Amino acid sequence: MMDVLYFAWVRERIGLPREKIDTQAATVMELIVELRGREERYEMAFGDLESLRVALDQELADFDAPLAGVREVAFFPPMTGG
Amino acid sequence: MRVCVQAEPFDLGAESNAFAAGVAGAGAVVTFTGLVRDNGGALAAMEIEHYPGMTEKAIAAMVEQAMARWSLADALVIHRYGQLAGRDPIMMVATASRHRADAFAAAEFLMDYLKSRAPFWKKELSAEGAEWVAARDEDEAALKRW
Repeated sequence: MMDVLYFAWVRERIGLPREKIDTQAATVMELIVELRGREERYEMAFGDLESLRVALDQELADFDAPLAGVREVAFFPPMTGG
Repeated sequence: MRVCVQAEPFDLGAESNAFAAGVAGAGAVVTFTGLVRDNGGALAAMEIEHYPGMTEKAIAAMVEQAMARWSLADALVIHRYGQLAGRDPIMMVATASRHRADAFAAAEFLMDYLKSRAPFWKKELSAEGAEWVAARDEDEAALKRW
């Protein structure tokens, strides 16, 4: 079981700020593929990987990063701070 | 160092003065302040979302990197989230060093990293509706110089 968080337009497209997901996905990319297969709203959020970023336990990560031991995954668009 | 992620407004003058007063031995203080662009009056409000927990950690890591890289007496980052109006201060960075070159360079480094690596997302609200501000390629490219 892991917490999956969504921010900004990823959150708006999926319609949830966070959810618990029971998954066997070994990497971030496997989790994305699994979510995209669920429902249209996930496909809308994850359709363009160029404009998607991911953090694992609050550290930026790559899509090929392993999920073993990870408790919190967050998906969001490129950041616009400052 | 001090990192504040807050919804409340901050007093730029009071923060700058307190920062400068607290850095013994420093001969240079650089401050930068980011304001909400009002787009010629078209902006009704700006909403800033962030990732509580990660935001504070990511900014603290940037400040630690800056302190390790330049000779700094101290550094301060304040960044707001929530609903802001046009012309409101969004954030400020202050750096202090013995001579000005370190303070200037560290402030620019922190600004470049805050733009693209601190988990904030801005949304502009206007009469035409709401729109997420897109990340700029120039901001991502700016990280390469460090």
